[in-house]
Amino acid sequence: MMLENRQVKLIDENGIRVDGRRPDELRPVKIEVGVLDNSDGSAYVEMGRTKIYAAVFGPKEVYPKHLEQPDRAILNCRYHMASFSVDERKPLGMTRREIELSKVIRQALETVVFLEEYPRTMIDIFVEVIQADGGTRTAGITAASLALADAGIAMSDLIAGVAVGKVEGRLVLDINDLEDKYGEADMPVAILPRLNSIVLFQLNGRMTLEEVKQALAMAREGINKIYQLQVEALKRRYSVNQIDEGQ
Amino acid sequence: MLIDAKNPKNYQIKIMQNRIYALLRQEKRLDGRRPDELRPITITTNVIEKADGSSLVKMGGTKILTGIKVELGTPYPDRPNEGVFTINAELLPLASASFEPGPPDEHAIELARVVDRCIRESKAIDLEKLVITEGEKVYMLYIDIYVLDYDGNYFDPALISAVTAVATCNVPRYELRNGKYEKTGETFRVSMKTIPASVMMGVVKDKILVDPTPIEESVLDTSIITGFDSEDNLVSLQKNTTGMLDLNIVDKLLDVGREKVREIRSRIMEVIGDGQEETS
Repeated sequence: MMLENRQVKLIDENGIRVDGRRPDELRPVKIEVGVLDNSDGSAYVEMGRTKIYAAVFGPKEVYPKHLEQPDRAILNCRYHMASFSVDERKPLGMTRREIELSKVIRQALETVVFLEEYPRTMIDIFVEVIQADGGTRTAGITAASLALADAGIAMSDLIAGVAVGKVEGRLVLDINDLEDKYGEADMPVAILPRLNSIVLFQLNGRMTLEEVKQALAMAREGINKIYQLQVEALKRRYSVNQIDEGQ
Repeated sequence: MLIDAKNPKNYQIKIMQNRIYALLRQEKRLDGRRPDELRPITITTNVIEKADGSSLVKMGGTKILTGIKVELGTPYPDRPNEGVFTINAELLPLASASFEPGPPDEHAIELARVVDRCIRESKAIDLEKLVITEGEKVYMLYIDIYVLDYDGNYFDPALISAVTAVATCNVPRYELRNGKYEKTGETFRVSMKTIPASVMMGVVKDKILVDPTPIEESVLDTSIITGFDSEDNLVSLQKNTTGMLDLNIVDKLLDVGREKVREIRSRIMEVIGDGQEETS
């Protein structure tokens, strides 16, 4: 991102955003399932310039052994950003932000996976952000839940996520990096589309109570669209021929 | 945290959850509180003489100590006219059998980052007053939070402790003399623009409870921390445990959160209101 962008207004007089979108418009979404050959399940998600791979290994033997649970699987998750994914090179190793996000993403995934179906095992989930342009944790969850589905792991629902932001006093769906940096708030949300439940919910910034409620409704709309694309991507990967029961 | 509540085969937890839910339906809890009742909060500031600011907060049986050390440093290049603060948190092994020694784990990092967000996003600290020479020398507040005793919900008392420690912090004043920054021997108070506070709430089925104890934490379907500034704006949200949060209950959670945070803030004001009248 160039420094002169800082002077640019984030929303023009017609309500159009820096990248030409309307406030309630998602960026172009690209979803693919089964993209990494050596994992048990994988997915690739692009939301505008945000680009993310997710891969699942397992269920497999637990290591270290003492973490094994007799009645359920344990789930590990690592959210990690490539050093070149951001404007200024990110130092190698896990930052505090990445450790926190790994935790909230893992907790969201634990909610949907039927862990008790896989006792004494471990499921590893890796989320690699190869380019970050806002909304990486939510796109990461979208990808991770598809990778789990691709690995054939039993789940109660897919998860779709999106971040709603507030820029220049207005709520905007699916914020990009500029809107995140120079806006007033960033509210990432991940929802189980069929079960109408939130599994990840954070707010970074200042919003009124009413705005948070509106933002949530906005996120719900966006998530419905992302969910459709998730289902389509799974069908593209797994439909044997044209005969398909559909949704 | 100690026991896995999410496993449907864990009958011990199921029984406890049923009992807590039955009580909640009668507006009661195991420890005699109402669902929306906070535990008593006590705040003692300036408990550590060697720290520039400190505060010991008890919320029920949870005890948190925050200490602040002020040092000089260089500002961030993109914010040359602002002082700097960093927040760290440690879950000390003496606080609970479930905390282990070692570098901060994901729980401690989450605690520090949630407290940091509440203070940073509310712009509570007037950082422009912490500048000595613009772009060159600023005051840096190292705000370190220690959980001394864990009896559930360390988020809210940690924020209370951090905010009261900052608001009562006596910053040693430095001046540029003969090309060197030297202490003048005077101190000054950090100016606060707003007072952020947070409340942790748990959900059991369709019921909401605030400020959970460890037993309650172990049976919650999920939990969330809401932070508000003095103007009732939300400044931080964190769903901090696994589990589903029904979209239909969110509005009510936010409303309860706002009410409870007002209550916590008035406790903070009682303490720092007094503190700020003292001259150092």
